[in-house]
Amino acid sequence: MSTVIRLRKGLNIKLAGKAEKILLPETAVDRFGVRFADFPGLTARLEVREGDRVMAGTALFHDKAYPEIKYVSPVSGVIREVIRGEKRVLTEIVIDRDGESRVDFGVADPLKLTREEVTERLLTSGMWPVLRQRPYHIVARPGTVPRAVFISAFDTAPLAPDIDFIMANVHGNHLQTGINVLSRLTDGKIHLSQEAEGSRVAEVKNLTGVEFHEFSGPHPAGNVGVQIHHIEPVSKGEVVWTVDIQDVVALGRLFDTGFHDRERIIALAGSGVLHPKYHRIRPGASVSGILKANLGEGNHRVISGNVLTGKRIDAAGSIGFYDNMVTVLPEGDYHELFGWATPGLKKFSYWRSFVSKLLPRKEYEMDTNFHGGHRAFVMTGHYENVLPMDIYPIYLIKAIMAGDVELMENLGIYEVAEEDFALCEYIDPSKSELQEIIRSGINLMIKEMN
Amino acid sequence: MSFLLDKMKKMEPLFEKGGRLEKLRSVYNGFATFLYVPDKVTTRGAHIRDYMDMKRTMIIVVIALIPALLFGSYNIGLQHTRAFGIVDWSLMQMFWFGFLKILPLIIVSYVTGLGIEFIAAQIRGHEINEGYLVTGMLIPLIMPIDVPLWMLAVSVAFAVIIGKEIFGGTGMNILNPALTARAFLFFSYPAWMSGDTVWIEGLTKGGAIDAFSGATPLAVVKLDGIGQLPSAMEMFIGTIPGSVGETSVIAILIGALILLVTGVGSWRIMLSMTLGALGMGLLLNLTGGNEYTQIPAYYHLIMGGFAFGAVFMATDPVSAAQTNTGKYIYGTLTGILVVIIRVFNPAYPEGTMLAILLMNVMAPLIDHYVVQANIRRRVKRVRTA
Repeated sequence: MSTVIRLRKGLNIKLAGKAEKILLPETAVDRFGVRFADFPGLTARLEVREGDRVMAGTALFHDKAYPEIKYVSPVSGVIREVIRGEKRVLTEIVIDRDGESRVDFGVADPLKLTREEVTERLLTSGMWPVLRQRPYHIVARPGTVPRAVFISAFDTAPLAPDIDFIMANVHGNHLQTGINVLSRLTDGKIHLSQEAEGSRVAEVKNLTGVEFHEFSGPHPAGNVGVQIHHIEPVSKGEVVWTVDIQDVVALGRLFDTGFHDRERIIALAGSGVLHPKYHRIRPGASVSGILKANLGEGNHRVISGNVLTGKRIDAAGSIGFYDNMVTVLPEGDYHELFGWATPGLKKFSYWRSFVSKLLPRKEYEMDTNFHGGHRAFVMTGHYENVLPMDIYPIYLIKAIMAGDVELMENLGIYEVAEEDFALCEYIDPSKSELQEIIRSGINLMIKEMN
Repeated sequence: MSFLLDKMKKMEPLFEKGGRLEKLRSVYNGFATFLYVPDKVTTRGAHIRDYMDMKRTMIIVVIALIPALLFGSYNIGLQHTRAFGIVDWSLMQMFWFGFLKILPLIIVSYVTGLGIEFIAAQIRGHEINEGYLVTGMLIPLIMPIDVPLWMLAVSVAFAVIIGKEIFGGTGMNILNPALTARAFLFFSYPAWMSGDTVWIEGLTKGGAIDAFSGATPLAVVKLDGIGQLPSAMEMFIGTIPGSVGETSVIAILIGALILLVTGVGSWRIMLSMTLGALGMGLLLNLTGGNEYTQIPAYYHLIMGGFAFGAVFMATDPVSAAQTNTGKYIYGTLTGILVVIIRVFNPAYPEGTMLAILLMNVMAPLIDHYVVQANIRRRVKRVRTA
């Protein structure tokens, strides 16, 4: 086994509402949705219209810049609606589920196919978008051969699901096939990072063709970007790919069964949920099924993803393409008298000015209050404490704000994604929207480099 | 307390765009958010945010300044009794006398400074920055007690407008605003700021008992030689003439403890500045030269404004170096410079202020080289790969 990479920087947010390790069967869901915002940088061209019948695996739209990348329907049914936002920007395709028909892409052994054949199969089956690339943290571009592929086999985000538990319960034994698929796509290694104290389920432990790494430390140790940085950082001109471990299973399932089936296990968590547990679900499924009779009293926010990087959805909204959890938190729309001056017995914080720092409490209820107003950057030396990378966060942020492409490049824009800056954003007493700034910097880079 | 909230809500439309009191929006906003943390929720990015905000950050520094303020008040009274030969005042009397003397300074400082901040926020359409809560308390504490109030007001206005607002307000300034105020007075009214009488309340008007000088320890060295210095213990406790908040190292250390425990102040700067001064002091002890080189190295840490500067001034996160490595370099050089200025340029006995201001200017350069080193590491990786 490889040596453990110990990260000391970071922060585990002690949020209340962790999911119990009980797996519930898939609930029947009628409404599915594919949200365009799940794919940053994508300009979509529709291939279906309202009222069209689709099967699981029928292409819904493709990328304008890379028409070969198809995005397919997760289920069979009828296109109910194509929702557009301001300036007619596509926001979501809504599908009414109906029947079980699905496109058969054919069974094959990836090890017996060429790289081109594997690529072709992934593109037509709509499975390609599960491959994401660094730099930029966007859907991988076909035609490039990544230096390596990175898989994170643990998640350290607040209330994140236990990946070992998921892998022990996932349907079918497709993980190894998935790894074999990836091995056809790169000449380099497939790196799989595990938590040093993890439970090591057999499904993962017995994989061949991967290089294992062990990490220990607080969030964001489970972020694949942080892992890449410590295993083999991305330099200018290099491309690596990342895949969610449950999607590696889906890749394997595609080749083993011939079907596009991304069924996955997610955690439903957060203090707004009455019974936080694990659920079997398909990406795009409306969360109304798992939230039925499961929401606490009061005004809540439903988040597809974790509290740091997830997207806000409504109580019938659909779970995001890449998300492995749904979090429900109370909304923080209240005034607090002298809230900034309280000793903070019940307030979890990164900062030591809160008495809670001295308490052994394991979890704290938190809500979505902003806790202050936006200010210029004042405090220094703290963002670095929650970003375990050799990067100067504020200098990179300021380079982005100044639009200085060369400086952004020099300060490490290729190595980061917005999720890596989520903790900086969380602790920031100046309340800046750092993740948004990072994404705008990445978008600027994409524009400048093309 | 909800009647307060209701009242506040009722008043709010007056201050919004088109409202009758639109021009006071920043003032209303400042007070309203001071009373109640707003009901604003996260809309983009992370859905939860830390409870820490700028108000709490700044108030912690103000709290850390209170021990120095309390001792300073007492010391004003104490020095007054010594200068005028009063023997029958109790401790409380001395404290109260001093407190009443410093209160006008604090009020003038806050009214002038916050007034400008409110106007600036209104013009920019921003929320009020809390930075002046700290600056407004720092300024009276680094002033001699007999400074005329109009001079104080002018220096505050200069510091806030020229030192901070023209750069874009809190977070954008290059120099520490409080020290800018002090430096402004120092160079504009040198007769007031460097004499031996201004440090003790009432002494500028004369009438002190014979043989009372009122000189600060740093001036004593120049006038009478180091043999006449107060004892180290006296300087440590702070029962000596000097700026209001700077004399008591004990009170400042309590403040330092508050800043370090809460993580608001930078231990890197405090530590490296102390070591820098100590090292330079020791070096000069060895080499010798003038009267000042003979001052025991550790005296530099307890004389004049060093302790106050190291804890409250040099650590200002905006004007100090911002990278962790940079902070060590910045602190060490500041410490060294304090001693150099004190020893080799007796015309400016107060080296701390000048050293910190000079290093404020140098801080971006230090950071530049630290960041360049990071860039070089990254570029090198590309070449070797």
